[in-house]
Amino acid sequence: MDARRLLSGNFSFADLHPGVLLVIVFLLAYPGFASDFFVFQIGAYTLILGTIALSLMMLGGYGGMVSLAQLTVAGLAGYLVAIVGTNSVGVMGLGWPWWITVPFAILAAAVFSALIGAISVRTEGIYTIMITLAIAVAFFYFVRQNYVVFNGFTGFAGIEPPTLFGVYWRDPVPFYYLSLTVAGGFYAAVLYASRSTFGLSLQAIRDNPRRMRALGYDVTLHRVFAYFLAGLIAGTAGVLMVWFNGRISPGSVGVDIVIDILVIAVVGGMRHPIGPFLGALVFVLLQNFAIDLIDRERFNTVIGLAFLLVVLFSPDGLLGLWQRVRPKLRFARTARYEAGRAEERDRQGAGPLEQT
Amino acid sequence: MRQFVERHRVWAFIIFLAVAAFLWLIFAVWPDWLVDSLGRKKTFVNTLLNGITLAGLYFLVASGFTLVFGLMRNVNLAHGSMYLLGAYIGYEVATASGNWFLGLAVAFLAIGASGVLLQVLIFRRMEGDDLRQTLVTIGISIIAADLMLAVWTGNTYQFEPPEWLFGAVTLPIISVIKASGDPVYIKYPMFRLTVLVVAVAVGIGLWLFLNRTKLGMMIRAGVNDRQMLAASGVNVQLLFAIVFAIGAGLAGFAGVIGGTALSIAPGEDVRYLLASLIVVIVGGLGSVTGAAIGALLIGLAEQFGLAYFPTYGVVLTFLIMVFVLAVRPQGVMGGR
Amino acid sequence: MRRFTKTTIAAVAALSLAAPALAEDTIKMGALATLEGAFTVLGEDSMRGVELALEEFEYTAGGKKIELITGSSDASPDSAIRAARKLVEQDGVQILVGPLSGSEGLAVKDYAKTQPEVTFVNGSSAAQDTTLRNPSDNFFRFSTEGAQWMAGLGEYVYNEKGYRNIAVLAEDYSFPYTQVFGFLEPFCRLGGKAPVDARFWVPIGNKDYSSVIAALPDDVDAIYVALGGADAVNFLTQYEQAGGDLPLIGGSITVDQTVLGSKGRTRDFIIGTPSAGPISDTWDDPRWSAFVEAYKAKFPDGFPSPSLFAHAYYINTKAALLALNEVDGDLSDGGVKLREALANLEFETPTGMVKLDERRQAVADIFLTEVIEGPDGNLLNKTIKVIPQVDQTFGLSYDDFLQYGQVSRENPSCE
Repeated sequence: MDARRLLSGNFSFADLHPGVLLVIVFLLAYPGFASDFFVFQIGAYTLILGTIALSLMMLGGYGGMVSLAQLTVAGLAGYLVAIVGTNSVGVMGLGWPWWITVPFAILAAAVFSALIGAISVRTEGIYTIMITLAIAVAFFYFVRQNYVVFNGFTGFAGIEPPTLFGVYWRDPVPFYYLSLTVAGGFYAAVLYASRSTFGLSLQAIRDNPRRMRALGYDVTLHRVFAYFLAGLIAGTAGVLMVWFNGRISPGSVGVDIVIDILVIAVVGGMRHPIGPFLGALVFVLLQNFAIDLIDRERFNTVIGLAFLLVVLFSPDGLLGLWQRVRPKLRFARTARYEAGRAEERDRQGAGPLEQT
Repeated sequence: MRQFVERHRVWAFIIFLAVAAFLWLIFAVWPDWLVDSLGRKKTFVNTLLNGITLAGLYFLVASGFTLVFGLMRNVNLAHGSMYLLGAYIGYEVATASGNWFLGLAVAFLAIGASGVLLQVLIFRRMEGDDLRQTLVTIGISIIAADLMLAVWTGNTYQFEPPEWLFGAVTLPIISVIKASGDPVYIKYPMFRLTVLVVAVAVGIGLWLFLNRTKLGMMIRAGVNDRQMLAASGVNVQLLFAIVFAIGAGLAGFAGVIGGTALSIAPGEDVRYLLASLIVVIVGGLGSVTGAAIGALLIGLAEQFGLAYFPTYGVVLTFLIMVFVLAVRPQGVMGGR
Repeated sequence: MRRFTKTTIAAVAALSLAAPALAEDTIKMGALATLEGAFTVLGEDSMRGVELALEEFEYTAGGKKIELITGSSDASPDSAIRAARKLVEQDGVQILVGPLSGSEGLAVKDYAKTQPEVTFVNGSSAAQDTTLRNPSDNFFRFSTEGAQWMAGLGEYVYNEKGYRNIAVLAEDYSFPYTQVFGFLEPFCRLGGKAPVDARFWVPIGNKDYSSVIAALPDDVDAIYVALGGADAVNFLTQYEQAGGDLPLIGGSITVDQTVLGSKGRTRDFIIGTPSAGPISDTWDDPRWSAFVEAYKAKFPDGFPSPSLFAHAYYINTKAALLALNEVDGDLSDGGVKLREALANLEFETPTGMVKLDERRQAVADIFLTEVIEGPDGNLLNKTIKVIPQVDQTFGLSYDDFLQYGQVSRENPSCE
């Protein structure tokens, strides 16, 4: 919200909550004190997963369209990097330079996302989740079977980010800052877009498509464009993901990970763009350290239970939980709390989980 | 039918020709040029039968899914888990008691009961909130898959159906005439034919239930206008519970049938969920007839894909889905 | 904006978990297997192999205590890399045993190249390219791979069974390609035929084989089937149901414990199927019996007999421990001496002698087996023959062997 005021011009440092400042400083200084493992596998990976989930949050939270195909879109971008760029497998790898490969992959992913949108938005709301799930699973089966282009079960390996300005971009620290830039950029962009004319119409369409149609809005076009934007976000994250792993195979776009992205977005909270990143952090920490605390064997039960509890009792995720707890903890500051009108508006505007 | 023939002479003639050609393909002994272009007749006829029988299985799974959606607008993404759980429970009962039919019955009842529990304990609380209901079913399916893995591990299980259901039967369809002049008849697994018979029986049963009973009438009324039905004094909650029981029970029932025809292993839940999704997206969500049509299309596409171009079988199924969505977003038989 | 503090707290809390100081007299060993997902059972059996080896050495090697840290993947290469990275970079293991499956093995081998200080020993992964092409200097594999496993089978069915024409049915990915290659290469060299259009590649996870069965040719002597786990069970039942009557030849995982132990009818049908692989349940050799006894005594609720996964993890772990003994647990040079010791290691395993070739790939004995019904009704693989010291290149020179090219659907063409 402060970022929004920052972007819209009427921003002063007095508005900036010390917490935000602290987080920004923390995120920037993080590689200074964290080990490479924490910078790369926890930090950067959280940011990547968070960005993919952010694209889902944008579609679901502002557009009321919960698409399970966002990871698939990211996966397509990753695959394209391997296919038109270089890989070490000896299949495809057209060897295009990175400055064509990357925009091409992202743009193609966005177009793919728009196509998914075009197929699914013509139907009733709840169809979206079914159709996108079917598309995600079909994509998984397809890449696993197709050897000519996608190299089937084996997939691609040896996918390297470029070495630019003398920096090898998969080294933990540069990669972390790259991911942070991408994630931060899209975070701000989504916040900004949600207040733009387009964002507002999208939210209005979510709340009452019929009325918007009557007012002369092209509902389908708005939705498909939202899918396109979400595709840009997911596609960029997909490029980072394939650089992170250095490889991509059907397992990278499997059903379980498709569901993981949904879990991340829902557990984090679908009302505000920070939710997906929160969800991703919790998820990545659990993914890495659950084995030290509990038996890894039942990891999915833990994840599933967390998801179920959130859906049942706190439909707005951790974010919603925090927002509910906060006023109780700090009732003395209620007055100031209520002064945050922008936030209040946000609360009224959002909430697809309750309003669809 | 007569009206149709009188009105559309040309179309009627084309359909007649197509049916005749189709029957000829099945019953005639193939001349050499046809074998050259399509491969052996045995492959074709078997694939056709496989497609139809697989469609039967898909129909059994998808009909419950579509029934529940039709009345309650609830997209139950845990339907696949119910299929798998039904299969496991049926397996345990059938092995313990030595009676396959008992396993079938218990699977139906147990999963039906779990459906009622879900409806009463969870979905009832969030009525009208489609998305949240769907998310809940995803959560349930994640946990269920993991717990089933814990209990039944990653092993593959197979039922032992009664002896008379197992083995191959000879069909009165000639595959080739041997040089000696003896005809070679096509053999086909008995159990798969049973699957088809069961599916047709369940389909007719559902149709009669929905169209000829009072309860069915209420359900149909509920599909059209839930509020009006409630206003006219019907206990809607009870109706919901009954429909959920039948829908879920069918998934469990299909689990035992499918587990006997094929096998049970982790991952089957996703497979049958996907099959149900595509079948109902193609057929039209909420329509039992649509589920039958969708199942037939998908079953045939999958089997012909597997036999004639195995690498892209999945893509064929998917293309059908995209095509239907592009031409008729609500599905072949979808009303809305 | 206090919501952010939560993030901060979580992150700081997580940071405080960061690697504790390394004690001087312990060596950290990581073991990576599939402890989640559909292969959980296999992963657990793998861990039994690791524990068995460690137990044998009483968790000490080279005078130092061995601390075992486990990692889990879900059989996808991405998850294997994540788990390996955590074990190496976070937990600080100096030796990593794993992973379980072929594609994971390729991924971990690539990762090994970025961690030259750490010694990687294979688990049970059996992809050919892990050690054949672009091997990594610090990745050692004391277990054999998919093509080696087939040694002797092609000759056996050609000479002893008299098969000349064979149809192939296998899953459509690299491991079965490798197995088909290992089987067909000698078979076709002898003059056997298995034309490309009689090879049927089905998608992994396909359950309904009836249409494939209908498409199988009738005019062949036998069908070579390389399917694993659930897929094999499905095929076998449906083949019987469809009235199929051709003899079968099995790939190494078509008739392994998971398939033999499955419940249902298939059991009667696969009796008599020849196959080959790295272990044989019924080998009447004291070394093997001792291994099985130790396994059964320690894990009464494990499999009736150790799986090839437990076996491979056992051998690889044992190799690492033996090499540690040899260098007195001295890893202060970043493991250089240890890796030298590993490369020259030659030792006795439950399945015979094992040594490494110049690409750090095992040369070991392979077992030719046939499925029989055991005395108490369970199915077993009976040993027909032991093929001694099979190397990765089938006795050819490295360069000659590479002439065959990468394994694929059409390799070898066998016309």
